[in-house]
Amino acid sequence: MLRYAVRRIALTIPVLLGVATLVFALIHLVPGDPAEAMLGESAPAADLQELRGKLGLDQPLLVQYERYLRGLVTGNLGLSFRYQTPVGQEIGQRIGPTAQLAAAAMVVAILIALPLGVIAALYRGRTLDHAAMTLSLLGVSMPNFWLGPLLAIVLSIQLGWLPVSGSGTPAHFVLPAVTLGAALAAMLARMTRATLVDELRELYVVAARARGLSRSRVVVAHALRNSLIPIVTIVGLQLGAVLTGTIITETIFAWPGIGRLLIQAIGFRDYPLVQGCVLFIAVVYVSMNLVVDLVYAWLDPRIRLQ
Amino acid sequence: MMGRLGALIVLIVGAAALVGPWILPADPFYQDLPLRLASPSWGHPLGLDELGRDLFARLVLGARVSLFVGIVVVGVSATVGSIVGGIAGYAGGWVDMALGRLMDVLMAFPGILLAIALVAVLGPSLEHVVLALVTIGWVGYARLVRGQVLKVRELDYVQAARASGAPVVRLLALHVLPATFSAVSVQATLGMAGAIIAEASLSFLGLGVQPPMPSWGTMLDAGRAHLFDAPHLTIVPGVAIVLLVLGFNFAGDALRDRLDPRSS
Repeated sequence: MLRYAVRRIALTIPVLLGVATLVFALIHLVPGDPAEAMLGESAPAADLQELRGKLGLDQPLLVQYERYLRGLVTGNLGLSFRYQTPVGQEIGQRIGPTAQLAAAAMVVAILIALPLGVIAALYRGRTLDHAAMTLSLLGVSMPNFWLGPLLAIVLSIQLGWLPVSGSGTPAHFVLPAVTLGAALAAMLARMTRATLVDELRELYVVAARARGLSRSRVVVAHALRNSLIPIVTIVGLQLGAVLTGTIITETIFAWPGIGRLLIQAIGFRDYPLVQGCVLFIAVVYVSMNLVVDLVYAWLDPRIRLQ
Repeated sequence: MMGRLGALIVLIVGAAALVGPWILPADPFYQDLPLRLASPSWGHPLGLDELGRDLFARLVLGARVSLFVGIVVVGVSATVGSIVGGIAGYAGGWVDMALGRLMDVLMAFPGILLAIALVAVLGPSLEHVVLALVTIGWVGYARLVRGQVLKVRELDYVQAARASGAPVVRLLALHVLPATFSAVSVQATLGMAGAIIAEASLSFLGLGVQPPMPSWGTMLDAGRAHLFDAPHLTIVPGVAIVLLVLGFNFAGDALRDRLDPRSS
């Protein structure tokens, strides 16, 4: 296991370096002068020169790259042009809300998906199965930037049950978490159904039933338990989709997280902050994939031998 | 059944996008300000938007944007991805490893994050959306084709062609890549749905199509400010996106079942 873990971590390092290089290149893709794009065409030449100096754009490219990598290693992501504070500090303040929202979305997705998938598998080919799978297909096809406003229209505006936007109370979590978790729930429900249908065909299930165990006990205590490995893997691998989803969900519901910070930074042309947010999300995503791979290899020794 | 329904939805939206803007009586850019936010009526079957423009006419023009982005992004991504994946899979060795690492780096960005970042620095426009989506889109096809080529290149007919002295380009173009066509066509059909949602997402965030040109994403974004007084501005473009995405998903699933019955 240790050898597998070392090899897997070693493979991640060049990917992270590539990600960092691509994010570094972003500011150099800005058409024309990035300093002019940030300050405006009518900015005084002295201000432009000062900003170029602050961003290090007046240095040769290799020097900029070396400084950038050195900064990353020491946790220095530069200075936000808009807020005049360290980028790392701005991101740090928003990790909590984004992590809470992502976790809540995962919980919502699992709470919806498992019962839906189990019902569909138990009533395979019948009306309940078709209804559950149609619902999940709708969930996959419904973009969160539509589902969010739609839920707000019904649950906040028509019924007045939940706040439309903002944060601070448990009620504020409901709409963003459901919006963010719906697509994952739909995908997990389909996955749960597929794996459970396969498990229910296994001989140990027939044997358990023959020994007189109730159907619900066989499903929950035996078949569903064995279906969990692929389901847990999908949950881990879908974290990327959830992270990207926070960008839109946080924007819709004015949630004070990293996704909203990124969109605000784009609006202000605060390129150092844009770079910081993109890099942070990508690094979290790569790290989570690494963790999922390691956990999966730990659970299933065959993976290590491949 | 669902495949036919999907194909029908795609055909209807495609036909509307193609000829709709010429035959519709309403001008999608005409502003009838006194009637702004009006609900659906006989004269305006889907109502009017925040500037008094006919929602149906804008929806039809928006379909053209969605399908244009989908076709161009999927077409270019599939072509580039097939070529790169074909070269990586066939050449193997350091070429495969170098291209593989490049793909790993691009795949390290979740979802459309890299597209958002690219459009953010290049500036919001339809061209930049297409460029950004192709930049992240080709990788999936390259991975798929590479995997297929690794299998196909060992088949007898490819080995025979190689033994008879066929040049590499001819081998790839005539013998190897055509064998990956069915897998690529399924992914391309499903990829249309992904590209349409991605374009709408970017436009929703203000990074895509710019006003006054309508896009289903920008229409949804504009509707957010009127959730209380004109919910139809949110409901109409959303239904259109879901229907078209469902259509491509149904068609893609049916195509996969037909080309590879084992998958169903």
